[in-house]
Amino acid sequence: MNLLDLILLLPAAGFLAVLLLPRRNPGAARGVALAVSLAVFVLSLALAAPVWKDGSTMQFVTDADWIESPAIRYHVGVDGLGIWLVLLATLLTPVCVLVSWRHIDRRVKEFYAFLLLLEVGLIGVFVALDLFLFYVFWEVSLVPMYFLIGIWGHERRIYAAVKFFLYTMAGSVLMLACIIYLYNRTGTFDYTSLLAMINAGDLILSRPEQLLLFLGFFIAFAIKVPLFPLHTWLPDAHVEAPTAGSIMLASVMLKMGTYGLVRFALPMFPTAAREFAWWIVILAIIGIIYGALVAMVQPNMKKLVAYSSVSHLGFVVLGIFTFTQAGLDGAVYQMLNHGISTGALFLLVGYLYERRHSLEIADFGGVATAAPNLSTVFMITMLASIGLPMLNNFVGEFLVLVGSAQVDFRWTVFAAIGVILSACYMLWLYQRVFFGETPEKVREKVYDLRPREWAAAIPLVALMVWMGTVTKTFLPPVSARNAEILRQTTVNAEFLVEAPPGARGAAAEAVEVADAR
Amino acid sequence: MMEQLWLIPALPLAGFVVNGVLGRRVSKAVVHTVAIGTVALSFLWVLKTLSALMPLETAHVERYGTWIASGSLEFALEFAVDRLTAVMLLVVTGVGLVIHIYSVGYMAHEGGYYRFFAFLNLFMFFMLTLVLANNFLLLFVGWEGVGLCSYLLIGFYFLRRSATTAGNKAFIVNRIGDFGFSLAMFLMVVTFGSLDFAKVFPAVEKMPVEAAAGVVTAICLLLFVGATGKSAQIPLYVWLPDAMEGPTPVSALIHAATMVTAGVYMIARSWPLFTHAPLAMDVVATIGLLTALVAATIGMTQFDIKKVFAYSTVSQLGYMILGVGVGAFGAGIFHLVTHAFFKALLFLGSGSVIHALSGEQDLRKMGGLRKHTPITFVTLVCAGVAIAGVPPFSGFFSKDEILLAAHHHHPWMYWIGALTAGITAFYVFRAIFLCFFGEYRGEGRPHESPPSMTIPLIVLAALSLGGGFLPVPHFLDPVFPAMEGQHESALVFVSVALGLAGIGVAAWFYVLRPGLADRVAASLGGLYRLVYNKYFVDEIYWAAVVRPVVGGSRTLLWRVMDAGVIDGIVNGIGGRARDAGRLVRLLQSGNIRSYATWVLLGSVFAIIGMGLAGGLR
Amino acid sequence: MAGVPLAWYLILSAILFALGIAGFLFRRNLITMFMSIELMLNAVNLSFVAFSYKFGRVDGQIFTFFVMVVAAAEAAVGLAIILAVFRTRKTLAVDEIDSLKY
Repeated sequence: MNLLDLILLLPAAGFLAVLLLPRRNPGAARGVALAVSLAVFVLSLALAAPVWKDGSTMQFVTDADWIESPAIRYHVGVDGLGIWLVLLATLLTPVCVLVSWRHIDRRVKEFYAFLLLLEVGLIGVFVALDLFLFYVFWEVSLVPMYFLIGIWGHERRIYAAVKFFLYTMAGSVLMLACIIYLYNRTGTFDYTSLLAMINAGDLILSRPEQLLLFLGFFIAFAIKVPLFPLHTWLPDAHVEAPTAGSIMLASVMLKMGTYGLVRFALPMFPTAAREFAWWIVILAIIGIIYGALVAMVQPNMKKLVAYSSVSHLGFVVLGIFTFTQAGLDGAVYQMLNHGISTGALFLLVGYLYERRHSLEIADFGGVATAAPNLSTVFMITMLASIGLPMLNNFVGEFLVLVGSAQVDFRWTVFAAIGVILSACYMLWLYQRVFFGETPEKVREKVYDLRPREWAAAIPLVALMVWMGTVTKTFLPPVSARNAEILRQTTVNAEFLVEAPPGARGAAAEAVEVADAR
Repeated sequence: MMEQLWLIPALPLAGFVVNGVLGRRVSKAVVHTVAIGTVALSFLWVLKTLSALMPLETAHVERYGTWIASGSLEFALEFAVDRLTAVMLLVVTGVGLVIHIYSVGYMAHEGGYYRFFAFLNLFMFFMLTLVLANNFLLLFVGWEGVGLCSYLLIGFYFLRRSATTAGNKAFIVNRIGDFGFSLAMFLMVVTFGSLDFAKVFPAVEKMPVEAAAGVVTAICLLLFVGATGKSAQIPLYVWLPDAMEGPTPVSALIHAATMVTAGVYMIARSWPLFTHAPLAMDVVATIGLLTALVAATIGMTQFDIKKVFAYSTVSQLGYMILGVGVGAFGAGIFHLVTHAFFKALLFLGSGSVIHALSGEQDLRKMGGLRKHTPITFVTLVCAGVAIAGVPPFSGFFSKDEILLAAHHHHPWMYWIGALTAGITAFYVFRAIFLCFFGEYRGEGRPHESPPSMTIPLIVLAALSLGGGFLPVPHFLDPVFPAMEGQHESALVFVSVALGLAGIGVAAWFYVLRPGLADRVAASLGGLYRLVYNKYFVDEIYWAAVVRPVVGGSRTLLWRVMDAGVIDGIVNGIGGRARDAGRLVRLLQSGNIRSYATWVLLGSVFAIIGMGLAGGLR
Repeated sequence: MAGVPLAWYLILSAILFALGIAGFLFRRNLITMFMSIELMLNAVNLSFVAFSYKFGRVDGQIFTFFVMVVAAAEAAVGLAIILAVFRTRKTLAVDEIDSLKY
């Protein structure tokens, strides 16, 4: 058992431990959850150094039998693509524990148990190297989120939870069908073996096969991203979810979709990915502009941030489907940036909700006078979110747009409009909530940040500045892995479609040619 | 050899951090000592660096590492000083220091003291990064950063809705400009594979003309879109007049002397690109000229003293843009320098007047102030003669150099420019006469400002008067391509004459024959109202852009598309599934006896069926 | 099989079974319905025994015992449930016991 297994096991153990605690003592549940999640975070930091040195290969690999037949393996490992996402999940879990400290006062131990179970699922998704195991973790993360929204949410929580669940299920069932199809073709669920087969020319998927399989995976991921027009579950889920649920959902869960695209959809079905790229990019760009425009007119803060997520995730998808180094690097970086800055936005909106018990923008005003520190932190987060240089989002957006410009300048032109619009909706929000005279209700109820709230916000703000200025800390392993993935997509492209059935010899040759380059 | 250039912006940044974190807990004296101290140190460091680097024939480059690296692309953290940067550094830190000192007096009674100085320091950091940057990306960092500070400081009085709205407007309009700038960067990355000045500019030189024409013109035009935003040119100038909602030192520093000239600096910096795109140069020159004229006409009719000077700034920026547009880069920068002196002085002087009148900004409620605020009066007149182009004061030299270059380019540009010079002289002296001559028309007792405000005025007045003798164009000669052609000195007399005529008309209207101006305005009727209402540009933008976008987003995209179509489909699928379920549910009545009936009927059918089939076998 | 032919047993069994069904369908009282079920079971028992006698084999009789055992168990559980329902509801009308339906 290596460190990575321990990181998966610990929150699972924590989940059971919290469940077994007596109901009468909510403090114990909080304490255990905080201790476990912090321990997991500290442990996961130790993953970073080796991966940073060599981001392109899998490290901390465990490959053990799980089920003999069908051959499902417990195969996990991290590389430059997964490492920061794992860290993001392990960082945000303790943050969420802190955020919910007072906010959650009903069924406390169940809440924290679900939060830890969610962490297991999220980490698992980013480290699983067996397609079936990936699917299992994918669904494991779905269940606790369903309950987080459905039990601790706001008024229309049941509608939102069911909508969220059904949307995601609809996609993931398609993905399961594709995984099983691949198993029937090859006799393995193992991602690395599949890639090896594709590289060696032992697995040649015909064009229609690739297209269908790609679509199956893509729809599952696109719903999770969420890509326009599959996004309507997101605003509802966010508005109804408790603060911690919103943070985990926006920061980490949405990344499952984009991560899946980079990890699975691109290298395994490169032909189809390239064929669909044009359409997907159009959807992504529509999402960027559409999300921003709709965000602009939202009367509800959480909905506004949710629609802004649609816009930001559009950038990620755009970057992925440029098939350029800069685009992919930017996309992965943008996943992390969005996790930090939008997570922080939901955190702060959650603070405002705890004080004023409303999410309507119209109920606020003049918060800057009542809570200057909160306003400052919100300002920094807002600036990060709209892509101000020296804060994190700028780097990601810049690289994505550079990547897209290398392919088609028109994409960049339209996508960059989203950058203008992001300033519009965020500044307008800030003006209406924080500036102006302070109404009586706000003055009475809105107090400034408390120490526990500082503790949750500070790491995120620090990361915004850090990721915006010292990209060297984060980018090299990502780049290394992305170079590998790009190579994989071109290796395949050599023989894929043209190769008629049975032309394995030619295909193998093509691979050799590609390898020799 | 390292000169530690990074210290120049880092010092104000340190001031920002200290004041931002601790400012609320320490006294005002500590706050402004830290703020002024860091800027003064930065200024001294500039002097020390420049004296060490003189004569600075070639650029001095310092590299601090890589900011972003992805594949073969690499964007460095690199600062560089050449003569152009040296001029900008001196202007920014010098004028910045003077205005910091002035702010101590001006802001003495305002809340949020530490916030004000922290933001000013942050502004200095970004502005210095902008001028020191050795690649477009770093320049863009400063470019966006100064925009942020502008937003923060315009909305400094955040209790006032008009102030925060003006801040938003400034940021968003600038974002539209930055959209152009960033697209230009992306095009450069694609075309040249780099954003370093040292790589892009030689690459342009080497490009064959035919290949260069299209893409370089596109890059230049996109860069110019950025400049129209930051330097307030048509069609994006609308934010600058509103920006006067900020405290007056901010108007002087950011919206007159330094930030708004960033566009001019950027175009001058990218001259190798622009000289390869004659079409783009023509666009730049035309827009600059047009802006100069339009803004000057609006300036004639405004009654808010700061608005008058704001439109004057727009107009003067138009001159600078005209200058760089006709290829007179040195002249454009020269005018930038002199303008920094006299326009900062105009704003600080108007601030002193406003301070004297406890916040009154309406020219109609001033008058006769020269007895109450003599220093302010004298210094403002100095600024007035400088901007009006009266020889031998600073504006005369820089403006005429631009106008002569324009004449060389296209004679009609000279004539419009000269006309604008006349209008400029008119509206500046109109403001001065309305403010300082005649009878006092307001309430309250005006009083002269404290020394911390008047000393900066005097310093700037000296610079405004004598700044024309600074050898800036000559100093910049090695940086820019030489201008060919000789100057026709006769033309100088024309523009000077027009300037003096403008002053004379202003004196005629507002000193000798008070009331005449109103009659003229009334006789012009519709035309006057058109100009007075700023050609209704804001209203047109509102009706043509803002309202359709917001309204369309709300009704069409959100209500119809999102809630109607997409959610309609999703909920529709759910609904149909539910309908099907409802139909089948009729069988599952939950009534035991109906089940039993079904069982009975089923058995009967089964038995009959079996019988028909011939019984069990 | 002197005298009484097999058909008569079967007819009697059918009549009893039909009475059971009718009782089950048309009565509302849970106890009555329960008794109707018992009646149907016994009708089936009767035919089992009749066939067993006719063909001279014990299978039918063994089945009858099974049925009786099941019926006894059912009676025990069923009556307990009915009692519990009556205690909480104060009624045994099936149409009113419908809280699981909605």
